[in-house]
Amino acid sequence: MPLEGETVPAGVMTTQLDAALGWARKYSIFQYPFVTACCGMEFMSVAASHYDLDRFGAGFPRFSPRQADVLLVVGTVSHKIAPVLRRIYDQMAEPKWVVAFGVCTCTGGFYNNYATVQGIDTIIPVDLYIPGCPPRPETVIQGLTLLQEKIQKTGGGRR
Amino acid sequence: MNRSRKTYMLNMGPQHPSMHGVVRLVLELEGERIVDVDAEIGYLHRAFEKHAESETWNNVVPWTDRLNYVSPLINNVGYALAVEKLAGIEVPERGQYIRVIASEISRVTDHLTCIGATAMELGALTVFLYLIKGREYLYQLVDHLTGARITTSFTRVGGVKGDLPPDFAEKFRQVAKEVRLAVSESGRLLTRNRIFMDRLEGTGRISQADAIAYGITGPFLRSTGVAYDVRRSHPYAAYDRLDFEIPVGTTGDNYDRYLCRLAEIEQSLRLIEQCLEKIPDGRHSLEPKEIRYAFEIQDAGKLGDTALLAKYAAKVDRTLEGMSKDDQPGTRVPDRGITLPAKESTYANIEGLMNHFELVMWTWGVKIPPSEGYFAVEGGNGELGFHLVSDGSDGPYRVRCRPPCLFPMSAIKKLLVGGQIADVVPTFGSINMIAGELDR
Amino acid sequence: MSNLRGERRDVPAASNREALSHLRAEGYNMLVDLTCVDYLKEGRSPRFDVIYRLMRLDPALGKDLGRVEVHCAVDEAPVLRSVKDVWPAADWLEREIWDMFGVKFADRPGIKRLLLYEEFVGHPLRKDYPIAKRQPLIGPKSGDKADSPSFNILRPTVTGE
Repeated sequence: MPLEGETVPAGVMTTQLDAALGWARKYSIFQYPFVTACCGMEFMSVAASHYDLDRFGAGFPRFSPRQADVLLVVGTVSHKIAPVLRRIYDQMAEPKWVVAFGVCTCTGGFYNNYATVQGIDTIIPVDLYIPGCPPRPETVIQGLTLLQEKIQKTGGGRR
Repeated sequence: MNRSRKTYMLNMGPQHPSMHGVVRLVLELEGERIVDVDAEIGYLHRAFEKHAESETWNNVVPWTDRLNYVSPLINNVGYALAVEKLAGIEVPERGQYIRVIASEISRVTDHLTCIGATAMELGALTVFLYLIKGREYLYQLVDHLTGARITTSFTRVGGVKGDLPPDFAEKFRQVAKEVRLAVSESGRLLTRNRIFMDRLEGTGRISQADAIAYGITGPFLRSTGVAYDVRRSHPYAAYDRLDFEIPVGTTGDNYDRYLCRLAEIEQSLRLIEQCLEKIPDGRHSLEPKEIRYAFEIQDAGKLGDTALLAKYAAKVDRTLEGMSKDDQPGTRVPDRGITLPAKESTYANIEGLMNHFELVMWTWGVKIPPSEGYFAVEGGNGELGFHLVSDGSDGPYRVRCRPPCLFPMSAIKKLLVGGQIADVVPTFGSINMIAGELDR
Repeated sequence: MSNLRGERRDVPAASNREALSHLRAEGYNMLVDLTCVDYLKEGRSPRFDVIYRLMRLDPALGKDLGRVEVHCAVDEAPVLRSVKDVWPAADWLEREIWDMFGVKFADRPGIKRLLLYEEFVGHPLRKDYPIAKRQPLIGPKSGDKADSPSFNILRPTVTGE
């Protein structure tokens, strides 16, 4: 694999390796649920038997950021908790992806006030936005499959 | 050995898997014994009260969904009742029964989530899955009733969003069967489970006098043996016509709180069943004051007399599909121009749209004379009160929500000090802290 | 419908502790709520109205034997005295009042904020605090995104600017 900054043209080996890594990573998502608010209820529903995130290989929450590769930010992020979110993101090892779950994390939602961060993308980079207040389980599952596509494409983890 | 006693600090949270929400506990430990504890809250402060001040009376309802997001319907009902009390209006009988049904569905989801999450945090993931399965059926029922799974915004000032769907009773019977199954399965797994009992019995204990001094209400207070329940002490909606028991505990520990919640689920299901039997026919929201033919109002409107629009309900032909529903004989501008028209009318005819527009438009909507009032309902965690101040404009001057779970949280020192560090998790689970409500 | 509000009593702010302790002795064993209203827009003086909501709860019957609503009109000056040793529930509620309204209690000089962070300047539930005035700890400082009129166009949300 070429190191960062190197300009080796992508050969057969590297692309094949990236594809294999992407395939492996997309079906074994270790998520870190950063659950703060209402969306957490819907996240519980998706994770439990009815919608069963495990079918997509994403059923295994790691509550240590160092072991997780997808950060699910579920629920409103206030200015008070923003530094914590940032720190958790910084603690995660590469490759890492961030999902903004629910409209509050996407844009601040209808909480346009002194206490609420207007979208977590003002603090950390976001790979996937799942809108909804809260998003219905079907939306979440669609979002997850989109994330898997993205992981497949950027399999080597270079963003 | 003469070693000086040393304590050390441990920080739990604000993001911790066994914390129901975002809260930070700073524990001072001596070995595994908790010497001191301090809680830091406010990580989900979303300025509910500030937002409410800049909204119209009806527009506050969506904000109340997100207070206690585990039981949104109770918040909706509590807020609507508080406003109605201030305005001096009362919802028709059928509407009151619908509100009871809605509240009790939410209470069941609240307790299921609380028990499920506590069990999961203690290692019993199976129970969590069983109970969330039960809750899922209830969410689907709520979806059927209100159109949304969690953020329901079901009540309006002067009524509810709509009537019960025609097959509601039948659907509820199936759901109740599933919920009872899930509860009894989990009960068999937990109630006499040695590990579960060891972790819960005797931990997080609080005395009756302390619980009262800390302002604790709801299942938490009832676990200490005080049968205080707002539904019984100050019956609202249709509760005085329904039969239910108030389960109480004896020792005030985590195990008692678990048992209380488990028993309350059954009581809530019973309440809904009674409601479905007793529910009278009629309107679910306030009656219109007077009905005029739409063309009369139209003509008057063309002449510039828009006041008529606010005063009268329009009677229109039942040609549009939305109008053929039984509960919608005409576009309504109900009592004192307070209740929003039904969604079907808003979307299906111009009068409904006009009426809706008038009520939601800034400075045009519901107006309540300057006054001040307090009303409380029994929320999932206890007395959920709303203190409202009106200055005569179309929105509240101040809305204060009394969050029931703030009070047990403020007693956290009393509950944890002297116990082991492992007691933090079950105690925290039984407080059932909901950050949205705690921090508002 | 029974009375959840109870009788209203107005008490001079300077003697709130005596009056409330007296009520405690009368049997009002639960402080149901403690809150505040800012009457700036009404031009009232003193500006704040602090409300203590008390209940007499019979533990044996689980019955509410009566409620009372105690109002104390105060200004910013710390006149009120804390009742956290009378009802421990008052501890956090007094902190919240300081946090949200900036009403201080005379015998709690070092009172901490309850919901917001220590770096926050001002008291958001005051009528002259603009709703969207952000004070972020990290991230963009100005909050430009927030100033866009994308939200709630019909109704001006910012008061007293």
